[in-house]
Amino acid sequence: MIMTGAEAIIESLKKENVDVAFGYPGGAVLTLYDALYKANFRHILTKHEQGAVHAADGYARATGKVGVVIATSGPGATNLVTGIATAYMDSIPMVAITGQVAVPLIGRDSFQEADIRGITTPITKHNYLVKTVEELPQALKEAFYIARTGRPGPVVVDIAKDVFAASFDYEYPSEVKLRGYHPVYEGNQTVINQVFEELRSASKPLLFIGGGVNLSDSSSELREFVEQSGFPVITSLMGLGCIPFDHPQFLGMVGMHGTYAANMATTECDLLLGIGVRFDDRVTGLLSDFASKAKIIHFDIDPAEINKNVIAQIRVIGDLNWSLPALIEKIRGVSGELQEQVRPWREKVLGWKQDYPLTYEQGKDLVMPQAVVEKVSQLTQGEAVIVTDVGQNQIWAAQFYGFRHPRRFLTSGGLGTMGYGLPAALGAQCGLPDKKVVLFVGDGGLMMNCQELATLADCDFPVVVLVLNNQTLGMVAQWQRMFYGGRYSHTSLKGHTDFVKLAEAMGVTGLRVTEPAELDNVLAQALATRGPVLVDIRTPETVDVLPMVPAGARLDQMIMGG
Amino acid sequence: MKHTLAVLVENRPGVLTHISGLISRRAFNIESIAAGYTEEPDTTRITIVVEGDEIEQEQVVNQLSKLIDVIKISDLTAVESIQRELALIKVKASLETRSDIINIVNIFRASIVDVSRETMVIELSGDETKIDALCQVLEEDHGIIEIARTGKIALSRGPIPAKA
Repeated sequence: MIMTGAEAIIESLKKENVDVAFGYPGGAVLTLYDALYKANFRHILTKHEQGAVHAADGYARATGKVGVVIATSGPGATNLVTGIATAYMDSIPMVAITGQVAVPLIGRDSFQEADIRGITTPITKHNYLVKTVEELPQALKEAFYIARTGRPGPVVVDIAKDVFAASFDYEYPSEVKLRGYHPVYEGNQTVINQVFEELRSASKPLLFIGGGVNLSDSSSELREFVEQSGFPVITSLMGLGCIPFDHPQFLGMVGMHGTYAANMATTECDLLLGIGVRFDDRVTGLLSDFASKAKIIHFDIDPAEINKNVIAQIRVIGDLNWSLPALIEKIRGVSGELQEQVRPWREKVLGWKQDYPLTYEQGKDLVMPQAVVEKVSQLTQGEAVIVTDVGQNQIWAAQFYGFRHPRRFLTSGGLGTMGYGLPAALGAQCGLPDKKVVLFVGDGGLMMNCQELATLADCDFPVVVLVLNNQTLGMVAQWQRMFYGGRYSHTSLKGHTDFVKLAEAMGVTGLRVTEPAELDNVLAQALATRGPVLVDIRTPETVDVLPMVPAGARLDQMIMGG
Repeated sequence: MKHTLAVLVENRPGVLTHISGLISRRAFNIESIAAGYTEEPDTTRITIVVEGDEIEQEQVVNQLSKLIDVIKISDLTAVESIQRELALIKVKASLETRSDIINIVNIFRASIVDVSRETMVIELSGDETKIDALCQVLEEDHGIIEIARTGKIALSRGPIPAKA
């Protein structure tokens, strides 16, 4: 069928079941935006390209579909960089379509030219520069295929301006042939047998669950494995929600701000099954002493994750939707024996859980941030989609919200991107219009992309924005307090910004909580508000996120508190 | 220990950027890298010499394999292989020293490819140590003006190709 490159992109998006794109127009993508207009394709106009890329990311995390973002050449494309890196670190499927200057102008430092392919090479799963319209369908087909298969990730398709306008005979390829890309879904059954032998002989086994379970939508398989084995379970930040928070075998999150029980169990276990995890430094603490008494079995779809940080004795490469059912099949018959075999250990770690729960100091006159999270958890009964920014707000949400479902905790785990939360919440709400989306954000992170409040209002997305406003860059200040002699270099945010007025100015309902007595009512009011709402919650300046394993310390060397 | 990797990649624009970008981002210790066309027009062969222990070398292979344009990687260290490098060496050569240089060149089975009144250019192919040895003699006795080396290329012995 004869059409232009721009029309071919719209057709290709439809063929990939893309129902919405986030983006921002500009010179190099004018022709594409003209085609969007004519096709009446759904497009969310954010106020900044960074907002668009995080929104596409939040959409992808919440729905499991590929997030699509469009930006123009040069500054439009470079404004995507932080969002692409965020998606790359957390393995989020995304296709970023950027305009490039016209082919004759490439390489001449032309107006709004930037080598976005070169710039994004280290932060994408793959990227393309399309210079002829004939190669466009194949590039798009491959981009979506690469983004969503294997270990997912972002793909950039940079398209020269003249390609959008060029006419050609469009045909979308039905399949992808890539000589160098063959994700392994079904692994080796003999490895499963080996793992089974290890399970039978372990006396202190521990299941360590990560974001891979979320990404592969294998949490129901995981839950069955947990039930059948009777093994205690911990998660990384990215694995929260894959197992319900109140599951009797769940010990909580492990790592720098992990629970006592999770960190001690990791230190003491004799068999650690890392399932869809990448042993990040925020998890392991001092790497050389991480789980030093344990044999490690590493389950991952990406062979390059094996032995990257932690040396695994057994590697189970493949899709968790293959390996977990295969393992469940093996243990089904011996479930009772396994449960019995690990009973003393399970009782021991559950004792730790009981003796050292997460706690915090109750404020008398001040609203404690942890209390806000707990209250929201109670009011939403663990059914909300929780989005966070980065810093103290993020960890408190992780610690005190009772997660019940996968894909319901959206946070920038790997890159730790401040400013992520608000646009990601926007994208999540776009993808899940019937769900309650609640954002926990600090007063620092909110201001990094606060322009997207206006997008919430424009789209009438009923996101509940809860600003834990301690008038400081809380996490950085905490480190300054602990490790820099309390010298608060540039972390005070005391200023003249009125968040309620800011919200109202952008068309978002603004509420405020200054005293504990107001909290319950205002939160209930916010959750019942039609349309977007922001609550400015004044919290104390100096509250620490605890427990804490100082950077480079062993996991059992926690600073406790609360 | 040193490993010689034969990396077969798609012959596409940007593939070298992807590979060199990965190597620098992951801070891999690469000793040499040489690329060229192969018997198949859509395939480029890159020979990479990497220094590191088994774990590091496994990471290099695994991370490179993740690149979409990388088709196959063979570790030629594990098999019998022929390894060669080509060097062009411009050396100071006066009327008086020419004959000595010619003697040295003959001993090394190198060849002289250019002569001027003050210099000679010598071409030598062989393994790394042989080229190093020639360079050392020429530098100490005559003085080297400049050197261009290709980096190592390698093929396995016997009938089985790296792409198999």
